Amino acid sequence: MAHSQPKLDTSPPVSDEIRQTTCYMCACRCGINVHMKGGKVAYIEGNRDHPVNKGVLCAKGSAGIMQVNAPSRLKAPMIRTGPRGSGKFKEISWDAALAIAVGWMEPIRHEAPEKLAFFTGRDQSQSFTSFFAQSFGTPNYAAHGGFCSVNMATAGIYTMGGAFWEFGQPDWDHTKLFMLFGVAEDHDSNPIKMGIGKIKKRGARVIGVNPIRSGYNAVADDWVGITPGTDGLFILSMVHVLMKAGKIDLDYLSRYTNAPVLVNAAEGPEKGLLMRDENGKMLVIDRNTGKLTPFDQPGVRPDLSATYEKDGVTHRPVFHLMADRYLSDEYAPEAVADRCGIPAARIRAIAAEIARVAFDEAFELDQEWTDFRGEKHTKMIGRPVSFHSMRGVSAHANGFQTCRALHVLQILLGTVEVPGGFRFKPPYPKPVEAHPTPHCKATPDTPLDGPHLGFVQGPEHLALKEDGSPARIDKAFTWENPMSAHGLMHMVISNAHAGDPYKIDTLFMYMANMSWNSSMNTKGVMEMLTDKDENGEYVIPHIIYSDAYSSEMVAYADLILPDTTYLERHDCISLLDRPICEADGAADAIRWPVIEPDRDVRGFQTVLIQLANRMKLPGFTNEDRTPKWKDYADYIVNHERKPGIGPLSGWRGKDGSKTGRGDVNPDQLNRYIENGGFHIEHVPAEATYYKPWNADYQDWAVGLGLYDSPHPYLFQLYVEPMRKFQLAAEGHGERQPPEHLRKRVQETMDPLPIWYETDQTGNEGFTVNALTQRPMAMYHSWGTQNAWLRQLHGRNPLYVPSKLMRKHGLKDGDWAKVSSPHGAITVPVMEMAALNDNTVWTWNAIGKRKGAWALEEDAPEATKGFLLNHLIHELLPPKGDGMRWANSDPITGQAAWFDLKVKIEKAAAPADLPESQPVFDPIASPVGTGPAELKWKVGK
Amino acid sequence: MTELPASTTRKMGLVIDLDTCVGCHACVISCKGWNTENYGAPLSDQSPYGADPSGTFLNRVHSYEVQPDQGAAQLIHFPKSCLHCEDAPCVTVCPTGASYKRVEDGIVLVNESHCIGCGLCAWSCPYGARELDLAEGVMKKCTLCVDRIYNENLPEVDRVPSCVRTCPAGARHFGDLGDPDSEVSKLVAERGGMDLMPEMGTKPVNKYLPPRPKDQIEEQIDVLAPLLAPVAEEPKGFLGWLDKALDKLPGGNA
Amino acid sequence: MHPAPSVIIFTTLSGLGFGLLAFLGLGLPDVTGWVAFVFFALAFGMAGGGLMASTFHLGRPERAWRALTQWRSSWLSREGIAAVLALAVMGLYALGAVFMGETWRLLGLLGTALSLATVFTTSMIYTQLKTIPRWNMKLTPAVFMSFSLAGGALLAGQTNLSIVLLLIAGAVQLAYWKQGDQALASSGTDIGTATGLGARGAVRAFEPPHTGSNYLLREFVHVVGRKHAQKLRVIAFALGFALPLILLLLPMEDVMVKHLFAAVAVLAHLAGVATSRWLFFAEAEHVVGLYYGKR
Repeated sequence: MAHSQPKLDTSPPVSDEIRQTTCYMCACRCGINVHMKGGKVAYIEGNRDHPVNKGVLCAKGSAGIMQVNAPSRLKAPMIRTGPRGSGKFKEISWDAALAIAVGWMEPIRHEAPEKLAFFTGRDQSQSFTSFFAQSFGTPNYAAHGGFCSVNMATAGIYTMGGAFWEFGQPDWDHTKLFMLFGVAEDHDSNPIKMGIGKIKKRGARVIGVNPIRSGYNAVADDWVGITPGTDGLFILSMVHVLMKAGKIDLDYLSRYTNAPVLVNAAEGPEKGLLMRDENGKMLVIDRNTGKLTPFDQPGVRPDLSATYEKDGVTHRPVFHLMADRYLSDEYAPEAVADRCGIPAARIRAIAAEIARVAFDEAFELDQEWTDFRGEKHTKMIGRPVSFHSMRGVSAHANGFQTCRALHVLQILLGTVEVPGGFRFKPPYPKPVEAHPTPHCKATPDTPLDGPHLGFVQGPEHLALKEDGSPARIDKAFTWENPMSAHGLMHMVISNAHAGDPYKIDTLFMYMANMSWNSSMNTKGVMEMLTDKDENGEYVIPHIIYSDAYSSEMVAYADLILPDTTYLERHDCISLLDRPICEADGAADAIRWPVIEPDRDVRGFQTVLIQLANRMKLPGFTNEDRTPKWKDYADYIVNHERKPGIGPLSGWRGKDGSKTGRGDVNPDQLNRYIENGGFHIEHVPAEATYYKPWNADYQDWAVGLGLYDSPHPYLFQLYVEPMRKFQLAAEGHGERQPPEHLRKRVQETMDPLPIWYETDQTGNEGFTVNALTQRPMAMYHSWGTQNAWLRQLHGRNPLYVPSKLMRKHGLKDGDWAKVSSPHGAITVPVMEMAALNDNTVWTWNAIGKRKGAWALEEDAPEATKGFLLNHLIHELLPPKGDGMRWANSDPITGQAAWFDLKVKIEKAAAPADLPESQPVFDPIASPVGTGPAELKWKVGK
Repeated sequence: MTELPASTTRKMGLVIDLDTCVGCHACVISCKGWNTENYGAPLSDQSPYGADPSGTFLNRVHSYEVQPDQGAAQLIHFPKSCLHCEDAPCVTVCPTGASYKRVEDGIVLVNESHCIGCGLCAWSCPYGARELDLAEGVMKKCTLCVDRIYNENLPEVDRVPSCVRTCPAGARHFGDLGDPDSEVSKLVAERGGMDLMPEMGTKPVNKYLPPRPKDQIEEQIDVLAPLLAPVAEEPKGFLGWLDKALDKLPGGNA
Repeated sequence: MHPAPSVIIFTTLSGLGFGLLAFLGLGLPDVTGWVAFVFFALAFGMAGGGLMASTFHLGRPERAWRALTQWRSSWLSREGIAAVLALAVMGLYALGAVFMGETWRLLGLLGTALSLATVFTTSMIYTQLKTIPRWNMKLTPAVFMSFSLAGGALLAGQTNLSIVLLLIAGAVQLAYWKQGDQALASSGTDIGTATGLGARGAVRAFEPPHTGSNYLLREFVHVVGRKHAQKLRVIAFALGFALPLILLLLPMEDVMVKHLFAAVAVLAHLAGVATSRWLFFAEAEHVVGLYYGKR
């Protein structure tokens, strides 16, 4: 019988309409095509034209449909009816909710604006939320960077005017060796996956340095299962080997870095500062003339080697100091191998491979360009070695210096902003001087004196009150952590609870799950949020929280302002903020309501405008006392930060013909929507590399409004502002560190990268490193409510290396008690062979509190899942000096999540112990639970 | 009709690169999204917010650890969906004729209106490519997005399976494996594409590209070592070298 | 494999029912009238009831008729057709025997052949599956056929014949278990061939694709403890073969006691076969389990 088969319609209609907006399932901000059927979301795919994802989309993005329909969505504003932490609320109107919020906030503003602490978590509108906080007048504003990757960002800005992720990217088209340090799967995830795919296709080598061989490290050609916290030592050892072999780019170092800049060697208050002329220009010796000269003069060839004698003192260039330090045998591979857990031969082999690719595989692009000294170059020299790193090396108490070391390694090789190396994305590069300094002066009924966050360039910029006490509730920009450029959100609740440095009245938070996975010492934070004073009043009197979903934090607030989902809102991913640029273009994007909310919810930014309008905050109010904007969309289009520069750079000017600078265009949002939700302005060919020194790039950036004037600068191998803090610690200057911090400031604020072991006091007996990472298919807690994603990661075992499994007599599915100096958890284990021998880890934020996220109480997230957070304290164990030291980087205050040390023991069998420990009481769900079955299909 | 066609005009299928897959599950969810909304019944989920969430998926990403005789253990992410076998046992066992292999492109499909949900096709499949949908009571499987790859309502560039379109790392390739000159066939030839469980005699159309050799850098040290020859043993010597090296730079004094 | 009650009841009962029908078709015993009615009711009850049970595991039982269409390629389809024909032919034969007192021998022989064919096709549904090495053995049809014949003979009251057939079936059972225990290992399929990674080193399943369960795990992965399985094998063998044989071989004068013993033998056999069938499924390792690091 002949083969027969049914006739199929292979061209069914796909959708009625495609609406293009920006994803918010994580922080990548990919472009998405939302396919609509009958006004409903039918299917989500990547937007092929979008600069970030070029059509691809990750698991989270594709699961967006389950997020916008999640049963955990909050439905209406709510006021707490039960005690804090119970989850008992009643729904109220927006009018009532806004009136209550204003009733709390307005008196604060009249009396002491700092009594409002406004912290936004995974906020993508920081230029707007900070604008609100500034208008209100409180110094207490930041987003979540302090417990994320501030070390990476700040070390990058101070060293070279930008770091990884939003600041830049490897030159995927040319790089031949890509080296990845630490967990990085959670940021810039689609572009990095695309990049890895691209270079793998070319057969280029990927080296992964990570105690855990998962994700990107699993596809790495070579895996370095390093001991956590020793990356800096490994990097400096490679610096040692490469310098010793002369495998460094001397031409690059002399032209584009402060390696040739002379360091003042004269004893006194300027010792160790860079030598400058009367205009403040750094001084070098010109190799052509042998004379002292400002670094930026035409024809100058800064000398890396020459010294300068004056008044009997020999002033040496930065490069000499580097040679002194890094050629020392203390950085020899043999000296660091044991501590890093990497054989010396392997360190040498990797360094040699880096040298081989950087120098033997160097290539040239036939592209003319002109540098800031006016010199014309006929070619661009490619050094095809690139690096990337994010949270893995950041989240240690030595993370800032480690990140600095990595940036210095790249610069020594001459691979930053050259073909095949690391490239900045506009508006970066942007040197530290082009960033604001922190502002903290709170005055009743008055806006703050300037932006909250910034980059200190010396003790004079610290956020201290006149009496030297911290001006900010999170103690950012103090001697404890002078360069805390992203604030310290993880310290806000404990400081507010302790009334240290002062008490606050209202804690206002957005998208930050502080009573669960976003806090260290989770249980302690719950207690602080519910603690009452002697009068029976809550120690933190008012808590306002905005979130789209029924997260664990909801139960701990008094007033809930429900946000929309990402497909129901306006947003702006702005060049003023954290844009979506590529190395080849300046890009920004919007979100717009592709569907209307079916609940009584409002976009958080619109709610802020409504609050500001009720309080008539200065920045939000016209001279005639009328509000400037009615909602966020209105603000996005009509706000101007400076004349002609607003949140969006595309289609400015009355007719939409201007880019970057131009008048307000009332039709701007429609133009973005027509273009797929984004705008990109490409970097001209002659400006594509050498951006910090490239005259054409500088002019282009000024034209676009990224800079006010050209900003060429030198990479800071030697970070002078750090030296200024050291000088203070040595007794120079008016602002002096408190005595107990003097030694630490002196030791850690080294202007050249160092490595030091993190403080192990109190860790006796706790010898196993414990880490977390986020699964690529989940993002923090958001994914849990998602019916599709939670099937991928519904529980999280503790992954234990084979050696420790044997040692403790464990097998898959057994339970282990894991303890730290701070606490203990009991959790299921699973063996992993491709893991550092002395490291355990788990997926972050899979574990959930019973009653949250509209899950049933017996959900595996709540019974088997767990948080490592219970083992981590925001303070280090007591040292016996009567003080408690923060568990964070002494330079930036970055939360040192990855310094955790634990002990593991086999625990009782699952039959006796059905749930991960600790177990918390369920919280009442304000939204109930989800349905028992899903058969999702919106079309016929 | 459950007899297999004697031959198919083309052999459309996937080539999956195990050297590149980072295990992100993008393909899994994109597949879930497309196939929930499109071909046949939606892919249902039971207990989606409860104790034992379990749904129908047509593509799942496994992961394996491989411990070589020498060196560190490796982790390999391993996406798996229907391999659209040439000798597909799932087709011939079907008692109703619901399961069939298309003569024009070799895609193995289930005609859901004829499926009785007996499960025998899933029993006969060595790869776990078929899942019975509990809500609908019929067998679901990868359709190779038969409703995308010829769909005239989609731009031509998008006429690929949704898993291929979405894969961020580019680890999934789609094409005609019956044509030795196709891109996918060339890839298979170059990279030593392999069959899963060849001993089953199913002749899978989908191929897997094996991971490239790993952790070889130390073995190259003999070649690399000269690159690290010190320019000088002492720091002082280093500065001497520096001076000379600076002279040799373009625009230098030498 | 998941030992679903529906398939265990089905294969156990229909095997016995068609076995009995096969003997009835041969005229063993050659009965008519009420006695025939009792025998045929029992046989049809078991064969038909088994078939009914088998539809319980279908996702869409209302479409079951479609299963009769693919006899060219599908053993399941062939089984359906054989069963329908066997029941139809033996139904006709039963009409003659019960109501007309006629035993149409030729029709009976055809019915016997179809009944045995039905049991054979059932066995081939399992035997054909390369994915389940423990079933993919020549001994699988031998198990089904020998069990059906032994049980049929027992039910048909063919004492001597059933002694011989029980001995054979018992031996087949032992051989099946022995060979079956080696089947997966000797199939050449392991996690190395399943993933194609075997040549690189020792392969171990790490994280499952989903932390939640799925159809494949529920259907194909069922782990029976080794000790537990051994216990059940002893029970299956004792009840299915040893006890009936003892009961048949005991010298017994009293007809009532003899009948009582025969009834006990039948019930023991039924329970033994059902236990054996539970093990047949529960012990069967589907190669899909290899992808999950499970058997």
